[in-house]
Amino acid sequence: MSTSVPNSASSFLVIGERTNITGSPKFAKALKAGDWDACLAIAKQQVESGANVIDINVDEALIDGEATMVKFLNLIAAEPDICRVPVMLDSSKWTVLEKGLQCLQGKGIVNSISLKDGEAEFLRRAQLLLRYGAAAVVMAFDEQGQAATRDEKVRICTRAYRLLTAKIGFPPEDIIFDPNILTVATGIEEHNNYAVDFFEATKLIKATLPHAKVSGGVSNVSFSFRGNNPVREAMHTVFLYHAIREGMDMAIVNAGMLGVYAEIPPRLLELVEDVLLNRRPDSTERLVKFADELKAKEGGSAAKEKSVEDAAWRSWPVEARLSHALVKGIDQFIEADTEEARANSAKYPRPLHIIEGPLMDGMRVVGDLFGAGKMFLPQVVKSARVMKRSVAYLTPFMEEEKRLHIAGGGTAKPNGRVLLATVKGDVHDIGKNIVGVVLACNNYDVTDLGVMVPADKILATAREKQVDVIGLSGLITPSLDEMVHVAKEMTRQGFTVPLLIGGATTSPAHTAVKVAPEYAPGVVHVLDASRVVNVVSALLSAGQKPKFMAETVGKQEKQRVEFADRRNKRPLLPLADARARKQNFDWATVDIPRPEFLGTRVFSTEAAAGRAEPLGPPKVTTDGRSPNGAPSGRALPLTLGDIVAYIDWSPFFSAWELHGRYPDILKDPLVGAEATKLFADAQKLLARIVGGKLFTAKAVIAFWPANAVGDSVEVYADESRSKVIGHFHHLRQQLSKPDDQFNHCLADYVAPKDSGRLDYIGGFAVTAGHGVEQFAAEFRTKHDDYNAIMAQALGDRLAEALAELMHKQAREACGYGKTENLEMKDIIREKYRGIRPAPGYPACPDHKAKPVLFDLLGAPAATGITLTENFAMMPASSVSGWYFNHPESKYFAVGKLGADQIKDYADRQEIPVAEVEKWLAPYLDYDPA
Amino acid sequence: MARRLPCQPAPDPLSWAFTTAMSSRPTESPSFAALHALFRKRIALLDGAMGSMIQTHQLQEADFRGERFKSHPHDLQGNNDLLSLTRPDLIEKIHGDYFTAGADLVETNTFNSTAISQADYRLESLVPELNAAAAACARRAADAATKKLQRPCFVLGALGPLNRTLSLSPDVNRPDYRAVTWDQVVAAYVEQIRPLVAGGVDALLVETIFDTLNSKAALFALESVFAETGVRLPVMISVTITDASGRTLSGQTVGAFYNSIRHAKPFSVGINCALGGKAMRPYVEELAALAECYVTCYPNAGLPNAFGRYDESPADMAAVLGEFAASGFVNLVGGCCGSTPAHITAIVQAVRGKKPRALPAIEPAMQLSGLEPLRVA
Repeated sequence: MSTSVPNSASSFLVIGERTNITGSPKFAKALKAGDWDACLAIAKQQVESGANVIDINVDEALIDGEATMVKFLNLIAAEPDICRVPVMLDSSKWTVLEKGLQCLQGKGIVNSISLKDGEAEFLRRAQLLLRYGAAAVVMAFDEQGQAATRDEKVRICTRAYRLLTAKIGFPPEDIIFDPNILTVATGIEEHNNYAVDFFEATKLIKATLPHAKVSGGVSNVSFSFRGNNPVREAMHTVFLYHAIREGMDMAIVNAGMLGVYAEIPPRLLELVEDVLLNRRPDSTERLVKFADELKAKEGGSAAKEKSVEDAAWRSWPVEARLSHALVKGIDQFIEADTEEARANSAKYPRPLHIIEGPLMDGMRVVGDLFGAGKMFLPQVVKSARVMKRSVAYLTPFMEEEKRLHIAGGGTAKPNGRVLLATVKGDVHDIGKNIVGVVLACNNYDVTDLGVMVPADKILATAREKQVDVIGLSGLITPSLDEMVHVAKEMTRQGFTVPLLIGGATTSPAHTAVKVAPEYAPGVVHVLDASRVVNVVSALLSAGQKPKFMAETVGKQEKQRVEFADRRNKRPLLPLADARARKQNFDWATVDIPRPEFLGTRVFSTEAAAGRAEPLGPPKVTTDGRSPNGAPSGRALPLTLGDIVAYIDWSPFFSAWELHGRYPDILKDPLVGAEATKLFADAQKLLARIVGGKLFTAKAVIAFWPANAVGDSVEVYADESRSKVIGHFHHLRQQLSKPDDQFNHCLADYVAPKDSGRLDYIGGFAVTAGHGVEQFAAEFRTKHDDYNAIMAQALGDRLAEALAELMHKQAREACGYGKTENLEMKDIIREKYRGIRPAPGYPACPDHKAKPVLFDLLGAPAATGITLTENFAMMPASSVSGWYFNHPESKYFAVGKLGADQIKDYADRQEIPVAEVEKWLAPYLDYDPA
Repeated sequence: MARRLPCQPAPDPLSWAFTTAMSSRPTESPSFAALHALFRKRIALLDGAMGSMIQTHQLQEADFRGERFKSHPHDLQGNNDLLSLTRPDLIEKIHGDYFTAGADLVETNTFNSTAISQADYRLESLVPELNAAAAACARRAADAATKKLQRPCFVLGALGPLNRTLSLSPDVNRPDYRAVTWDQVVAAYVEQIRPLVAGGVDALLVETIFDTLNSKAALFALESVFAETGVRLPVMISVTITDASGRTLSGQTVGAFYNSIRHAKPFSVGINCALGGKAMRPYVEELAALAECYVTCYPNAGLPNAFGRYDESPADMAAVLGEFAASGFVNLVGGCCGSTPAHITAIVQAVRGKKPRALPAIEPAMQLSGLEPLRVA
């Protein structure tokens, strides 16, 4: 839907019509057969495909409407995946509607009431709706009948509106007019203008009846083309396009079957628009003729062949079907096929044989294709989803078998047991989850301890489960140290199993230099998930292991030598010399913008739900800090939709190990096809996240008066500079550089105190992570790791995009951003003035800088982001940092640090040197005492 | 207005719900103006727990029975609502103690005074009388306190959540089954509301809501009684967020709940019970941002400990509620399970001088809900 009507789509409501007995033959059949599971599946499917509201209609001559409505609504109430959305009760019988209202805990919509039976009955029903608490669809229908022309529609709706609002105080925002979408192209001339009448009536109603909404059942318009779905779909798409432009707020449609206006073939579009807009007298004949031709063409050719080919595999033997389903990632038939194999007890005496036989055969094909670069990670994860469903189906049978043959022995023998964990203090686990899925599909028994796992728990579990391999993951730099700690503990406790190291900050070099020397039995760095199976299988094979480890140890030794050489070759400058090589600015002339607000500004998607317009700027307390660390003022509104525009998609593909720049990657000869599919799936889930507001995004940004003092930035309570409320300490590059380059430090971008000029520094903390883990967990319980990982990856993208969006706000608050006039792609490439470096990243590698920043921002209260003991942000999809406005500010990497700077940095913060060394360990150019 | 005697048999509530639907809109009671004046001036104080205070008297079966129910065929110990009839002196004193401690409003001792809940004690027939007696106890205490303390003291008719729910099946194998029907729930509440209104309560409080559909039936019943009497009383609503999921027992988020009851044009909406104040903070904050009416909060004195008692001291509770007040979240605070007059006194001091939450101006929009809210601007 979102692509069909640019501009107005975000607020347009899709009301699912598939649980309407008059609109869905499938639902009608299931309902008449009393197949409630099928009815629920239809309801669920349309919520999943994006319906914002579901329409429920059980009107049928042979069905007891009241009892059926009550039973179906009560069943839905037990299905959180369905009843999370509001219900539209749809019936021509008032008693059915009223029974339905008595089952809805939420606020729903009644479809419909009208003046058909006179004013008194109309108002009696509306009064009861007020008492039950429901919005109302009001049909353009009165004592004389149904309104067909524009003027009749407007007259009846206006009369109904006046009665409802003036006589009984019905809230106008709860009135939804249905001005009747009537069938066009019937051959009767007076029907030709029906669509135009609807469009024009919609426009007038929206303009003259404040807060009222307009809705309608779209499929009616194309009724004369029954049996010709391509034409009907095009008509619906075009109808919606025009109706929404005139102000239609919602429509009852099949949420899964909406086309894209821009993709309708030009010839068909022209003919359909001729009909709907009543543009020429022969438009009906022309469309009918075209429709007949289209049908004739379709009858014999392409579509049919494709569906035959698609269905052909269903007639294959069950083993081939299982394999096909795994390779193609099709989970539609997997349970039935698994059952068919299981029922064949002659061939598969034990359920395990199905896993070891056809399922593993299929996964081997997947593994081979993946290894050969012919399948990509998203496909593998989809295959794993099918595998997991099949295994989940077999599990109860295997448990039953185990129970019956408790003495019989012969448990499933996995290839090996692997324990995975994200180390203590770190919360990032997308990569680790991918590794877990890949290993599990290769028949390894994976124990995943999750995130923030302390060493003793990892090792105790490893012992208890007698694992063959331990894998550690982490993203933030302090995790590197924690991995070293785990390695040391493994040595102390006498472990002998191999240790794997992976995650974004890890590297072969760090593993070689820091981790491997601590644990003799073997430490292996694993670059990404595609390598992990080879590594683990080599390590667990008695034949391959000696050779593999010898190679690994050899490489690591080489890396240690290179590391030592590098360090010796390029000595660091003494700190004083590095400082003398700072970038100097003529501070008398540097443009220093004064932000339009000081103190904090808070944004939240939860605020968006509460109001339409942003409130005025929040108050700032006298010390520039938020009272009690809480955000000053109320949160400003923010929507997930606002954030989406700022997404940089390239890193999204990297997260899935598809490398290339977006959008070029979609056309890449090697990964293009898969990237395109992945992107489409991402868009689908993203639409669901945005539409359902499944993630909560929050942000706090701030500006404070500040000046640099040496390599630190002093932050003041107010512009009098009389009270210092905090320090941001920064680090300086110490590498020896050519004469024309500087030794940078972030503090250089803030006016020094002795320059006499007052400057400002900004700070921010944003998150899109509230809701991500729950959402991912929902998928995981359904054995759907593909969407679980997708949810996390999108959470990360949204957080980064929110940081970009907030930076835009911050630049605008400083004035210069208001005139920057950049296209979105240039914003995403950061072609603007100013930078927003983040603690823990190259320009300021100390994660320990976060608590000071968070304290000044009041970030935990404003955004719900908290810091772990190692200063990782929770939820994981969060970003924080500083804003520097200096026109020449740019990102750089601090690089290696000398003992002199570490001492100076510790002294500035009045903390022990050892403490600093601990947090900056990967950056030290020396071995600490 | 035509007051009906509490024990006079009631007509079928739904028959007159239909016949009176077209009658003119009820007029507002004078208590609206008095309560608005209080809520605009400062943060108002609700009382604390009734049950915890009754517990301190260690009443025995005989105390609950009194003379009148000596030979009732079912155990009555624990039926606190019955004490309005058998120990009215005690109930009136507890109300009085709360006023003296600083409460502006007390709740009638009627949490379980419906035919559905009293069926557990086989006292269904007593419902009109129980509610009339409870309203009288609270009314006497409030009138005496108003005179003594020289400030207006109010009585809220308390409507509890019932022990049967309209949204949840008690039988996991039959998800469509319900132990009670909408009409039964509406009738039970109507039977409770009539004597409370006749007994002179200043407002009604639908509280400890864990199933929104039950509360919607209570609100439906209230509207029916208002239509019947021609007078509308302020309606206060308080939901219970059961755990850290931030949802009601029936699965709704705070925003979805608010949208579900907004049609009743509540005087206030808030959160009570189940959690201590600290754990409620995000939900109170959320509600404060979206409610067009006053916001209330009366948490438990922490979570129950191993002995079923509540550990938060008056100072603990006061600190949390004082912070809510300072953050501008609330218009009324008080205590639920485990709180005592000492807690209320400490809370009074903590919120003294703090500004009540200002009512936000919110653009009208269609606000629907399932388990989650949907706002259509």
